[in-house]
Amino acid sequence: MSINYSEKIPNNVDLANDRKLQRALEHWQPRFLTWWQEQGPRDFSSDDVYLRTAVGVDAQGWASYGYVKMPDYRWGIFLADPIADRKIGFGDHYGEPAWQQVPGELRSQFRRIIVTQGDTEPASVEQQHLLGLTCPSLYDLRNLFQVNVEEGRHLWAMVYLLHGYFGRDGREEAEELLARHSGDGDNPRILGTFNEPISDWLSFFMFTYFTDRDGKFQLKSLAESGFDPLARTCRFMLTEEAHHMFVGETGVGRVVKRTLEVMKELGTEDPETIRAHGAVDLATIQRYLNFWFTSSLDLFGSEVSSNAASSFANSIKGRPDEDKYEDHVCAYATLELETPDGTESVSLRNAMNEVMRDAYIKDCEIGLKRWNMQIKRAGYDVVLNLPSKHFRRSIGGWANLPVDPDGKLLEQQDYDQRLAEWLPSESDRAFVHSLMQRVVEPGKMAGWIAPPDRGINKLPVDYEYVRIH
Amino acid sequence: MSVTTSINDTAAPNSASEARPYVNYETHPDRYAHWHMSVDGAVATLSMDVNEEKGLQPGYKLKLNSYDLGVDIELNDALNRIRFEHPQVKCVVFTSSKERMFCSGANIYMLGLSSHAWKVNFCRFTNETRNGIEDSSRNDGLRFLAAVNGTVAGGGYELALACDEILMIDDRSSTVSLPEVPLLGVLPGTGGLTRVIDKRQVRRDLADVFCSTAEGVRANRALDWKLVDHTAKPQQFEDAIKQRVAELVGESTRPDEANGIELKPLDRTIDGQGLHYRRVDVLIDRNARIATITVLGPEGEQPTDPDSIHSAGADWWPLAMARELDDAILMLRTNEPQIGIWIFKTRGDLDAVLKTDAILMRRRSDWLVKETIGLLRRTLARLDVSSRSMFALIEPGSCFGGTLLELALAADRSYMLATPDDQSASPVIATSMINFGAFPMVNHLTRLQTRFCGDGGPIEKVFNQLGEPFRADEAARLGLVTFTPDEFDWDDEVRIAIEERASLSPDALTGMEANLRFTGNETMETRIFGRLSAWQNWIFNRPNAVGEQGALKVFGSGSKPNFNWERI
Repeated sequence: MSINYSEKIPNNVDLANDRKLQRALEHWQPRFLTWWQEQGPRDFSSDDVYLRTAVGVDAQGWASYGYVKMPDYRWGIFLADPIADRKIGFGDHYGEPAWQQVPGELRSQFRRIIVTQGDTEPASVEQQHLLGLTCPSLYDLRNLFQVNVEEGRHLWAMVYLLHGYFGRDGREEAEELLARHSGDGDNPRILGTFNEPISDWLSFFMFTYFTDRDGKFQLKSLAESGFDPLARTCRFMLTEEAHHMFVGETGVGRVVKRTLEVMKELGTEDPETIRAHGAVDLATIQRYLNFWFTSSLDLFGSEVSSNAASSFANSIKGRPDEDKYEDHVCAYATLELETPDGTESVSLRNAMNEVMRDAYIKDCEIGLKRWNMQIKRAGYDVVLNLPSKHFRRSIGGWANLPVDPDGKLLEQQDYDQRLAEWLPSESDRAFVHSLMQRVVEPGKMAGWIAPPDRGINKLPVDYEYVRIH
Repeated sequence: MSVTTSINDTAAPNSASEARPYVNYETHPDRYAHWHMSVDGAVATLSMDVNEEKGLQPGYKLKLNSYDLGVDIELNDALNRIRFEHPQVKCVVFTSSKERMFCSGANIYMLGLSSHAWKVNFCRFTNETRNGIEDSSRNDGLRFLAAVNGTVAGGGYELALACDEILMIDDRSSTVSLPEVPLLGVLPGTGGLTRVIDKRQVRRDLADVFCSTAEGVRANRALDWKLVDHTAKPQQFEDAIKQRVAELVGESTRPDEANGIELKPLDRTIDGQGLHYRRVDVLIDRNARIATITVLGPEGEQPTDPDSIHSAGADWWPLAMARELDDAILMLRTNEPQIGIWIFKTRGDLDAVLKTDAILMRRRSDWLVKETIGLLRRTLARLDVSSRSMFALIEPGSCFGGTLLELALAADRSYMLATPDDQSASPVIATSMINFGAFPMVNHLTRLQTRFCGDGGPIEKVFNQLGEPFRADEAARLGLVTFTPDEFDWDDEVRIAIEERASLSPDALTGMEANLRFTGNETMETRIFGRLSAWQNWIFNRPNAVGEQGALKVFGSGSKPNFNWERI
């Protein structure tokens, strides 16, 4: 008995006529479903969730909405439309026709990048395995699941590339993507950050705002790749990733909004009083922000990196929005880099991680402006800030140096003493956890978060986004 | 005589040739920057934790547990401390203090910045250290486990290959690789290719795949292909180490209970004349490009029983002399590359040397005596692979007997003074039991076997006169010395021989000596010092590696090397 995968798997890669890909997916797809059942959202597999499903790549109507049981979600394979005669836009291969197959000499580098990117997609689903149990509303529960199924689809996107272009090795790597698990002591995920569970919703919003934004920048840089199928895959993934950013930005914004309401009601700025009334004080929000922002900064890698240079030079991975730069080869360009010992001039190619990190930081600031506007409008002069990019770094030239959030180098002892001011303490985490009570009545919100301004797909906020049986 | 003419240059000893400060091979665990050594009963753990800021030279950072000569100097010191200061240690565990990274091998930026001579000297020393690990396992029962707790690449894997067993973590991410060919356009320089096939007996087609795949393989395939012996999941890894250690401890012949002796700092001064130790003196003649290395024999009452040997400790002549000679060889090789000829002399009482040898042989079941023989063996083996012309000068007052006769046997040529008119003034040499098996070269033959190309006849003749003093005519007849000029000819013959030698191409001499010094069958070590090193050194000199667009030069910049595709 053969399943018609081309019907079951929405795609625009002509799966029906690609025997090689069909055969690989026949083997992999059941394993993916088993993985989803074991590692995906706990307890909700028989519930109807109002989800968006990608059904095409048309900018007007690329997705359809409707109730779906998550295991029946149609994880599809979509590449953005090809650009006729696309030329490579950066690196030593600048101006050459984009590659439709992986060049042999770059095969292992491409594979490693795809595997590392691919590994983060299921990892985040695993990190959020238990989060649904403490949702603050059905609206948020649905958003969580939307993020989860789309991370699942992004895994499919990477597996498509591995299956389609990397032969036997690619198939093995695709299996491994399901065999490593977040936080599994024996089979951990590749990147350390993705092995920490996300057990509260404030962290979830911070994660989607900061860590998924790293994902966005990685995808943007891969969307520039000389390997056309990778570029097209990532371009389409970015359309979905935007929603994850939205969940993060509005999520944090709604927490701030609720806090401001409580402050107004009580006429106080005292954190303990605010907490006693079930809202998260702004200082705690700042500490969570510090934590997630800094751990996301590390994901870009060292300021000076031979891998980054090699990826750029070989036209594997460009800069986000490569078009906006004038020099796309950067063979001789340098960058003035701030190091603990002063400014150092380094080859721009080696500094590409830093270029990306700076672009990312700029992008992070947009949401902060909105949150701060709310605070200002409410009449408070508190400001949420992004800490210095040198604060609490674990890799690169600033790793493990006692730098405060303003970027000042302190004595180690001062730093150790003051760290609790800047990062969530055990008691902060315990407090935030104590707020995590499940709310599943349509339209109702937990006390620590304001309702959203509008619902999903023009539906009302009190729509039953998840039908729990 | 000109060979001992002192140098006029009173600045830093090597200032004429290089601006670099003298590299020093002496260190102490208190001063290690890159290793943590801990000893717990029968187990010593050497945990690699390279400080990236503390490279031996400026211009590179030792990221990802990569190493340079400084890191390996500490490793060499640590191994000697375990051998002598911790005799009850039966198993050494190599591991890493870094998360998910065991060791990424020799630092590539360091190699890119280094001169050819530096690279070759670096590889020779690191090879000797790894061979020394195998030597201690084979001869002295000290076992080694590589507990590979993260990704291991290049020289990191080569260190693991030198161990008796490799246990690798199976976390589905960590890989083992020899990425030199695909990534750097050179060869693994410390025996990787050789040990993969010769020692681990990996099938050659699989070795071909492994050695040309930059990203390497994960633990499961590494086990399938015999690249490692055991794998364990992260949560079982500590238990697996314990289990393997227990097994290896059981195989060891080192003592259950013993008190080590302290390896005290060497009594050494360096000045414009050369290097001065208590039992070894090195005079450098920079103009003639000669170092005269004089070894002093034992003086005064020598200990005869284990107790007094142990109380003499690091001052016991065979041990003290071996440490000083070892240091002198390393210092000269690294710091004095222009000094192309080493002249060996000895001074002292021949009988005293032979008596000490007799004690070494009689007491060799004692761990300290055994380890001392081991240090002598490894030190003498350094001579065989040193890229210097070596002549021994056997003069009156010398004591080339037994252990010290090995210096003359290791030399490329020896000159012994003949005094036909006054037999009593003639210098003599003699063998001891120690010459017949205690100090095999890296070809696993003694220097006598090597000298006579394995022919038993001449060796038997020498053995039949064990301990007999030979004057020049007899020594020449037995084939133990090269030339025997008399007093009238001596000065001129020796001077001309040395001046002539000093005028020849240093490259051709290095190649010639390396070929002539080893007779008989190849061993893994001779293949490493011969086949592997020679090819590596050729590649290290080629534009494809070190030209402006060569693989080593462009590494890290992102640019691709620009190869000349001609196969040679």
